[in-house]
Amino acid sequence: MQVPAPFEYERATSVDQAIGLLERLGGSARLVAGGHSLLPMMKLRLANFEYLIDINDLHAELGYIRFEGAEVRIGALTRHRELLESDELAAVFPIFRDAERVIADPIVRNRGTLGGSLCQADPSEDLSAVCTTLDASCVIRGPGGAQRVVSMEQFHVGPYETAVAENEILTEIRFPFKPDLCGSAYAKVERRAGDWAVVSAGSAVWIGGDGTIVDARVGLAAVGPNTTGIPEISAALRGREPSEELYETAGAIAAHSCEPVTDQRGSADYKRHLANELTRRTLRRAVERTRG
Amino acid sequence: MTTTNDQKPIGYGRMLRKEDPRFLRGRGRYTDDVQLPGMLHLAILRSPFAHARIVSVDTSAAEALPGVKAVVTGAKLAELGLAWMPTLSNDVQAVLATDKVRFQGQEVAFVVAEDRYQARDALELIDVEYDVLDPVIDVRKALAPDAPLIRDDLQGKTNNHVFDWETGDADETERVFASADVVVQQDIVYPRVHPAPMETCGAVADFDPVEGRLKLWSTTQAPHAHRTLYAIVAGLPEHKIQVISPDLGGGFGNKVPIYPGYVCAIVGSIVTGKPVKWMEDRSENLVSTGFARDYIMRGEIAATRDGRILAIRTNVLADHGAFNGTAAPVKYPAGFFGVFTGSYDLQAAYCKMTAVYTNKAPGGVAYACSFRITEAVYLVERIVDCLADELGMDPAELRLKNFIRPEQFPYTTKTGWVYDSGDYEPTMRLAMDLAGYGELRREQAEKRARGELMGIGIAFFTEAVGAGPRKDMDILGLGMADGCELRVHPTGKAVVRLSVQTQGQGHETTFAQIVAEELGIPPDDIDVLHGDTDNTPFGLGTYGSRSTPVSGAAAALVARKVRDKAQLIASAMLEVTVADLEWIKGSFQVKGDPGRAVTIQEIAMRAHGAGDLPDGLEGALEAQICYNPSNLTYPHGAYICVVDIDPGTAEVKVRRFIAVDDCGTRINPMIIEGQVHGGLTDGVGMALMEMIAFDEDGNCLGASLMDYLIPTALEVPDWETGFTVTPSPHHPIGAKGVGESATVGSPPAIVNAVMDALKPYGVRHADMPLTPSRVWEAMRGRSTPPI
Repeated sequence: MQVPAPFEYERATSVDQAIGLLERLGGSARLVAGGHSLLPMMKLRLANFEYLIDINDLHAELGYIRFEGAEVRIGALTRHRELLESDELAAVFPIFRDAERVIADPIVRNRGTLGGSLCQADPSEDLSAVCTTLDASCVIRGPGGAQRVVSMEQFHVGPYETAVAENEILTEIRFPFKPDLCGSAYAKVERRAGDWAVVSAGSAVWIGGDGTIVDARVGLAAVGPNTTGIPEISAALRGREPSEELYETAGAIAAHSCEPVTDQRGSADYKRHLANELTRRTLRRAVERTRG
Repeated sequence: MTTTNDQKPIGYGRMLRKEDPRFLRGRGRYTDDVQLPGMLHLAILRSPFAHARIVSVDTSAAEALPGVKAVVTGAKLAELGLAWMPTLSNDVQAVLATDKVRFQGQEVAFVVAEDRYQARDALELIDVEYDVLDPVIDVRKALAPDAPLIRDDLQGKTNNHVFDWETGDADETERVFASADVVVQQDIVYPRVHPAPMETCGAVADFDPVEGRLKLWSTTQAPHAHRTLYAIVAGLPEHKIQVISPDLGGGFGNKVPIYPGYVCAIVGSIVTGKPVKWMEDRSENLVSTGFARDYIMRGEIAATRDGRILAIRTNVLADHGAFNGTAAPVKYPAGFFGVFTGSYDLQAAYCKMTAVYTNKAPGGVAYACSFRITEAVYLVERIVDCLADELGMDPAELRLKNFIRPEQFPYTTKTGWVYDSGDYEPTMRLAMDLAGYGELRREQAEKRARGELMGIGIAFFTEAVGAGPRKDMDILGLGMADGCELRVHPTGKAVVRLSVQTQGQGHETTFAQIVAEELGIPPDDIDVLHGDTDNTPFGLGTYGSRSTPVSGAAAALVARKVRDKAQLIASAMLEVTVADLEWIKGSFQVKGDPGRAVTIQEIAMRAHGAGDLPDGLEGALEAQICYNPSNLTYPHGAYICVVDIDPGTAEVKVRRFIAVDDCGTRINPMIIEGQVHGGLTDGVGMALMEMIAFDEDGNCLGASLMDYLIPTALEVPDWETGFTVTPSPHHPIGAKGVGESATVGSPPAIVNAVMDALKPYGVRHADMPLTPSRVWEAMRGRSTPPI
């Protein structure tokens, strides 16, 4: 059994109380939600915090999937399992169910949360790629009820680094609805079920009444310092009719705009190839889904 | 087939495992479950470097931490003469490093404290100053003249050479190769893998300073051998040492060696006068305990143009890590690698092997490999497929054409192994029938025409298991024979005591069934005791699939001894001569008079009861034996694997796997199938995902189960199993070992299937593990060895 260094533990009773604790304890404290990344790192003593603030009791406050106006709003403490099982969410953004099916295992999915996944800021993390693909924005709350909203590009500032300050909490993730027909899909190559991605890709397309692409987004994981959105793909696809040639163009752009490195999961060349292959596959599937 | 206990066999047959209720209810008792009054906890400080000189060790801050009872360094152990210990291969290994660290994860110091947290916290306070040295990581450069010297502790050692070993006839093999129509050569790497049992290694040592007795609970597959070695190493009298191996959460060879941690726990208990528990964590298990494989092989095969295999030759470079801790009989430094001649009737064979030291963890243990047979079978079954590819022959046809024929048994191979029995073609044909081999080939042809990648892989193996005849086989001077004691209680219940140690193989059921078959006592009425040196006879333990071949024979023979005595008692009870009695399982009856009979239970009561016994016969009904096998047993099997590969992502999916095993007499088919299922799953892991890799500085890249992948149910198909039965002629019940057959046989079947699928890309070989990336690289003609 691996054992962590000594730390103190407190269960938060409200978001503002948790922020108050963070304000007081600063960098020596860390929030714990699902804990499936944080606790192993602490047991390996790769991460050592003096205080853990457990926010799991805030699930009633921060665990939800709401459809409000032009947005889907998902609370940061919403569990993987809730995302997987939500038929309403799958109906509008099937990419969520695609991704959740390949995230870790049921034990992790029972505990792990959307907010925790994003805050971990692992470059291979699946939900970060999903949020990038869906052009999500992140609601961050600080002391005194201060609240700010940042884009995914702003949220992830580097591997394992986010825009959330020491005295702030990510509370909600918002996904915009657009008036057009939307399809989305996710694909991941892994060495074994439950492993981190060798490469994964998410795609979302919005198709107008004339059958052309109004907007398209691709998010890649495990091929750069953070999950990567690729504006060049969106630019290349807008205004065009979906076709195999178009998917190939998008795949080629994905391959040359990512920055994979060779590691035990695979060679850089292979990962570049997967960026291409999975971009094409998910775009094709996303478009198919707009056609019901 | 579902197995219920509605009709339990009195003897061989399917029945649920007697040990399962306690495991299923969480009532197993493992080493870490042992709690003793006043028990302290031990943690080990390990080297962060692969190769470094220890300049100084400052333990003062750690000693000052509340709760810390002792901090012990290599220097302190050296004062006690315990800094070094012998390995299972007559090398020495540091218990705690004194001069240098020689692999990342090597033991440097230990702390004993009141709880596990304090012990672990204290490690952070030990200040070790290292002078980092260049490590030897690339095994191919270990013997270069400028390679850093790893083992400067060995007197006169000037290089990293461990041993050279050869087998077979070099000249004759060269002659056959020189005149052969076809010669195929292939470099084949079997990378380093780890047994990774679910339970890591650990021990609880309780030394009683008044009595001078040491009680040691430890995760060992060989409790008796360990006890003797502790006696020799530590100078404790053997009769004052009790080694208890409680329930084990898997072993796979990982729990054969004596690790420094066990010795540290003993020293910790002696130093503090308290019981001391040491349980390593997952990372410690993966980085420091016995690895497996790590053979870099060049295989060559010679054949006629029409597919008659003539000879096989191989050259092996073996990475033994920093200390040669290979678990193998003394005369077999490369284990039983000599069976690389496979299941084929050859004219010649030759192997030359060189073993070297590197700055990696020591070991080279079994890991379900039957002493290096895994490597041997992988080599021959891969190279035979390469030959089939060269000849344009179907790999099944090539194998069928070259099998040793049934009338050739007992068959002496060109490397001197005497295969006891075998009938290979029916096994192969059955596997092909179960697979629908012809139909699979048709499906493959259609799919290939459409650009789909489907592969069919075959492996046929012969194993040599059940070490072994004591004239040839010993470990550190201890002969590889095993004892067995059987005692029938007055009411006809019985207890059988074994020297072998289950790690999940189901000994408590299988051995009860062996005795049941011989005595007619229901298996539920027979307790099987093992794992406690105070309560069981001496023997060398469980590894290399040796339990049934050796101890299984002992159990049958001891039961027959008891039955012989029972017959004498029955003759008195029935007032007839022994010759007039007939054994009908469970009772002796008077020949021709079924109404006059006594059951074994009645005989047991008579043996312990009032009334006279026949002249010269002592009371009680019990016997003991020590079984020395006259030969190994040679199980065989035919495995067929079907894979599909996604051409776009290069992901391999094992669609079907057909395993036909022949392990002679089958005692409990359900347990055999379970063993086969587990071994096949192991094989999927090794073929597709498992590898202990190192970076150029010698950092272990497989230090957690996030980095060292082991397969899950999602990576394996529904296993399709079958069997044939070719009894062993020398084993009392005709049984052969089976525990490692599937681990040995499945990797080549899977790799052969992947290579078969990749034929359109002109790929003949790629090394394990065949991760998607490695398959994709191979499809582009860029397959490079993983190490």
